[in-house]
Amino acid sequence: MELVCPAGNLPSLKAAVDNGASAVYTGFRDDTNARHFAGLNFTPEKLTEGVRYARRNGVRVFIALNTYPRPDGFTRWEQAVDRAADLGVDALIAADLGVLDYASRTHPQLNLHLSVQGSATNYEALRYYQQHFGIRRAVLPRVLSMSQIRHVIEQSPVEIEVFAFGSLCVMVEGRCILSSYATGRSPNTYGACSPASHVEWIETDTGLDTRLGGVLIQRHPKGENVGYPTLCKGTFQVGENTYHAIEEPTSLNAMELVPDLAAAGVKAIKIEGRQRSPVYVGQVTKVWRQALDAFARDPANFKPRPEWTAALGKVSEGAQTTLGAYHRPWQ
Amino acid sequence: MSDTNAARTPRLSLGPISYYWPKEDVERFYAEMADAPVDIVYLGETICSKRNQLRYEDWLAIAERLEAAGKEVVLSTLSLLEAESELLRLRAICDNGRYLVEANDMGAVGLLQGRPFVVGHSVNVYNDRTLALLANQGCKRWVLPVELTHETLAQMQQARPAGVETEVLAYGRLPLAYSARCFTARARNLPKDDCRYACIDYPDGLVLSTQDDNRFLALNGIQTQSASTLDLLSELPRMRELGVDIVRISPQSNGMGQVVELFHRAIAGEMAPEDASKRLALLMPTGPCDGYWHGAAGMDAQREAGV
Repeated sequence: MELVCPAGNLPSLKAAVDNGASAVYTGFRDDTNARHFAGLNFTPEKLTEGVRYARRNGVRVFIALNTYPRPDGFTRWEQAVDRAADLGVDALIAADLGVLDYASRTHPQLNLHLSVQGSATNYEALRYYQQHFGIRRAVLPRVLSMSQIRHVIEQSPVEIEVFAFGSLCVMVEGRCILSSYATGRSPNTYGACSPASHVEWIETDTGLDTRLGGVLIQRHPKGENVGYPTLCKGTFQVGENTYHAIEEPTSLNAMELVPDLAAAGVKAIKIEGRQRSPVYVGQVTKVWRQALDAFARDPANFKPRPEWTAALGKVSEGAQTTLGAYHRPWQ
Repeated sequence: MSDTNAARTPRLSLGPISYYWPKEDVERFYAEMADAPVDIVYLGETICSKRNQLRYEDWLAIAERLEAAGKEVVLSTLSLLEAESELLRLRAICDNGRYLVEANDMGAVGLLQGRPFVVGHSVNVYNDRTLALLANQGCKRWVLPVELTHETLAQMQQARPAGVETEVLAYGRLPLAYSARCFTARARNLPKDDCRYACIDYPDGLVLSTQDDNRFLALNGIQTQSASTLDLLSELPRMRELGVDIVRISPQSNGMGQVVELFHRAIAGEMAPEDASKRLALLMPTGPCDGYWHGAAGMDAQREAGV
């Protein structure tokens, strides 16, 4: 299985390449991709440099153009597709039907991947994208169980990539507008979820409140670790209970499922985190490379080593990890 | 399309019931709607395939009664398709041979292409290139995704392909997200595979509040909705100006007859939209919102309800 690693900037790209990524995925420095954060992503010049560095080391470069343009912005997405084609990237990762249509007609040689933001959770959807745009790979939303993934792959006309590590979307990607409900900005339209511009940290008598778009997401007692107020990881009241009503602040770690993913026919596993530091990207890539190599050497006896789990646990959100939807009881 | 005044008077549609109601409530509801002034009725389960109060045949029987009462019937489909059993049911709906079908997932679009179909609001039609492509494949009607603004709609309308109708969701708790996880079962401490059909206890969803008692969201099985109810009734003049063909209202458990009546009277010009909107606010489980339409946060209520 390939290891596809995040590269939010040139140092991260180099860290991923140096530590054993099979491919890196990137984005341009604007709202054409779903990690539209200040100071993140690539100018065309930096990306040229990145592509050169990756190529020298036998690593492929993908570029995500995976937000949904509205009519008045469509030309910018077209220009971004053209730029990606000119740079000779190894794959363009897109979600919007219009963008996929433009890319496949204007640049028929361009290798297209369906982004996780394209929300394809079943093989009929995959067939549609393959038939009309000739996509060669799709990234599955983080909502399917292992047995569902097996079934999709058996019927899929294209290669399948799945997320194995990093922040966990609980909702079907591309179909979640919780963020814009509270802030006006969503991954689909703006390229960011729970944007920092709408976060408030407010000291209270008892501790610290975090708010998003004015909505209270988390109430921290004094001395407690304060996490970023991602809307779906907040503490809310439902009936008599106050709890993480949608999801705990955990992150995904599917390492123990590597043999199952391989047996299911998964072509590539993806590490989330273009917004994370080069140190993080380097560390996570290194551990996953060791794990995939160990699996390749001796698939029958593969087990995550305690030192890998410890190293990944240290960098995970809230230091807790989960198998997410892959593990049916989570659902 | 001709620009006559008649063409500019939007029709009224009733979206699918997004909640899990007992069969007798569903049948009573549609018996009432058969006599109500709605033009189009969308039928079927769109949220969870485990909900089994009504079988496919029951929905077809309701469809027949509504059609006999003069309604246009559209069969709607699941928004999140994962299991093979769900695809089987979807294929049966797509092949019904009688009623138009609403696709709520690209898998359904794939099955329906080449035949006339409707694209629901959970399919991301964010630009005119997307709409033109779908129109080529048989899309006869699309529903504006709920996070888009009236300005984006205006751009879409300018480039709209011939023969494609535009529908706008104007009333109801907003559909915000879909997940593999069932949040209603989670709230009851039950695993999804043994949910005991908990949704049936919450005919308008289960309200989720912030720790400072702001009623924020409504949990509806694997779907998350807004606790506030979208109300674009007072935007009817703008919708007419933009050539919106159909105004959709989404069912709630109480007072739906009155909701339909208020929309109908406002569309027919028998009542000022602002007055109708004030009356509507009294019927909402939590309160109104309309931020998305105006380019703000979806939860914002730009227009004060006045109650």
